[in-house]
Amino acid sequence: METQTLTYLFVGASFALYIGIAFWSRAKSTNDFYVAGKGVNPIANGMATAADWMSAASFISMAGLIAFLGKDGSVYLMGWTGGYVLLALLLAPYLRKFGQFTVPDFIGTRYYSNTARLVAVICLIFVSFTYIAGQMRGVGIVFSRFLEVDIDLGVIIGMIIVFFYAVMGGMKGITYTQVAQYCVMIFAYLVPAIFISILITGNPVPQLGFGDTLTGTSTYLLDKLDQVTIDLGFGAYTENTKTNIDIFCITAALMFGTAGLPHVIVRFFTVPKVSDARKSAGYALIFIALLYTTAPAVAAFARINFVDSIQDVEYSAAPDWFKNWENIGLIAWQDKNDDQSIQYSSGNALEGVRPDYSDRRGKNGERILNNRPNDNNVNEIYIDRDIMVLANPEIAKLPGWVVALVAAGGLAAALSTAAGLLLVISSSISHDLLKKTFMPRINEKQELLFARIASAIAIVIAGLFGIYPPAFVAQVVAFAFGLAASTIFPALLMGIFSKRLNKEGAITGMIFGLIFTSSYIIYFKFINTSLNLPENWLLGISPEGIGFVGMLINFAIAFIVSSVTNNPPKEINEMVENIRKP
Amino acid sequence: MHRKNTTYWKSNLKIVISLLIVWFLVSFGFGIIWSDALDNIQIGGFKLGFWFAQQGSIFVFVIIIFIYVLLLNRLDKKHFSKSSEDD
Repeated sequence: METQTLTYLFVGASFALYIGIAFWSRAKSTNDFYVAGKGVNPIANGMATAADWMSAASFISMAGLIAFLGKDGSVYLMGWTGGYVLLALLLAPYLRKFGQFTVPDFIGTRYYSNTARLVAVICLIFVSFTYIAGQMRGVGIVFSRFLEVDIDLGVIIGMIIVFFYAVMGGMKGITYTQVAQYCVMIFAYLVPAIFISILITGNPVPQLGFGDTLTGTSTYLLDKLDQVTIDLGFGAYTENTKTNIDIFCITAALMFGTAGLPHVIVRFFTVPKVSDARKSAGYALIFIALLYTTAPAVAAFARINFVDSIQDVEYSAAPDWFKNWENIGLIAWQDKNDDQSIQYSSGNALEGVRPDYSDRRGKNGERILNNRPNDNNVNEIYIDRDIMVLANPEIAKLPGWVVALVAAGGLAAALSTAAGLLLVISSSISHDLLKKTFMPRINEKQELLFARIASAIAIVIAGLFGIYPPAFVAQVVAFAFGLAASTIFPALLMGIFSKRLNKEGAITGMIFGLIFTSSYIIYFKFINTSLNLPENWLLGISPEGIGFVGMLINFAIAFIVSSVTNNPPKEINEMVENIRKP
Repeated sequence: MHRKNTTYWKSNLKIVISLLIVWFLVSFGFGIIWSDALDNIQIGGFKLGFWFAQQGSIFVFVIIIFIYVLLLNRLDKKHFSKSSEDD
């Protein structure tokens, strides 16, 4: 069968499965809708957490980023896994013991204040919408490349599917769909990785193939890769180019941010017991590690295959994947030295970095660009890093069904995360804003209806983000983690580990963390982008890592303010005592 | 009752702090601060610092959580063996 037909088949079958599960697990109460009735098995919850957590960014973009960043890319690997240690040891069991529905719920109760609850809701909604925009773009890319439907139509199909199981099933529907989505996703990630590992190193385990020798030689893959990247004018693949302090802060911001992300935390509210919450975080990390330890191997394989398959190849003889991705605008080639062949090396090929395509074709059949060539280097290639994982099976010439599988996996990753985010947005609106703050007299049935309406509206907004992607999607990811690290994480941690911290301290801490982190990011990413260079940064820390400093500021301010204001009331002391017991 | 809770909490903190030291060591320590120095040691195709940064730290993270689960379950049993764990 053709790859295209197979892709329709795989994607269609996986969608049918998700809808089937949604019908089977409809939510009947707010308890079902918000926390899946607190009856989810820890292993199933681990899988659901893994699917919830691993987004289009993890599945589609991460290995591509690492392929081009080399050792600098380690910040994502350590940052997006190390946060689970913090979750398991510092937050999950206690928040489960607290036993309510949402993250703002905990902050509002522990700091006996609706202002604290409101600040938490604002941070939560901002973080979650930032994140969703990226998921919907992922859905659009997969649909347009593999199913050749319009990006807009692809996003609408995705919205309808998520609408079905998120609005009908709430957390219960989402959880069981995510279990299925995890299986699809991990299978789709591992199969091509194993194939490529065998092709390149002869070792069927990608994690080991990564450190093995190239087939038929005694040269190690990584040594060869170092040499290739140095020859092309990049630094060695296995060496950092960023400073240690920046790498340290970015990793820390991602770790603490991960532990403060509401859609991840709320997953631990769904298990039956405190001990299950601990266990569940462990299972979640195993399932995540399966993909995250494969990713650096995929990155190394992809980089070497990419260079091998295009360097000094005549454009007319270039592989199909190269032209397919060029057609949808994620690869561009400009023949600077007029030799009809492709040359790839370091530096931006084009002036203005991103390609601006005209309608015309050049003499080799390439798309003509309106950009002027960047004459400071000889690189002729623009490539969007997001395509590496999706293109990898084609680059390695794997059979059509593997390509189809990767398309289904990418969609599973994007949809599962989008659904989890929609749920925390809708529950923070219906539960924290309406029931707990503005409309305390609504009954459970009305609250459930409001939750469904809120998630339907959130889906439409998320869809609009996908159809009209704001230009700043990539820039705001730093925002999501930075804000979670500098506002939500400290409030949760101190709420559990300090009895002394009062509402004045927590609120001023959160507000200072929020203002410091967001003004630093906005200044360098939106207002003065030309100044976004290491020599202008505070202590050499990039906007991606500044959330860590924001977190330290939050801690310091919160303690100082608490020490000069009153102790929290006695009930709060008892509440903290109580959540510390299993 | 109160004293029992305090000793439970203190043992819990001790476990958490020791495990977080390991967490810091394998990621921020071996993967970042001393990574370049460890790169002088090569095991198979991996430079050690690079390996910790891209794979090793993740394996250790998983082990840390399961050791925590094991120790805490034991601690729970010692202090609260009769009481129910449900809410």
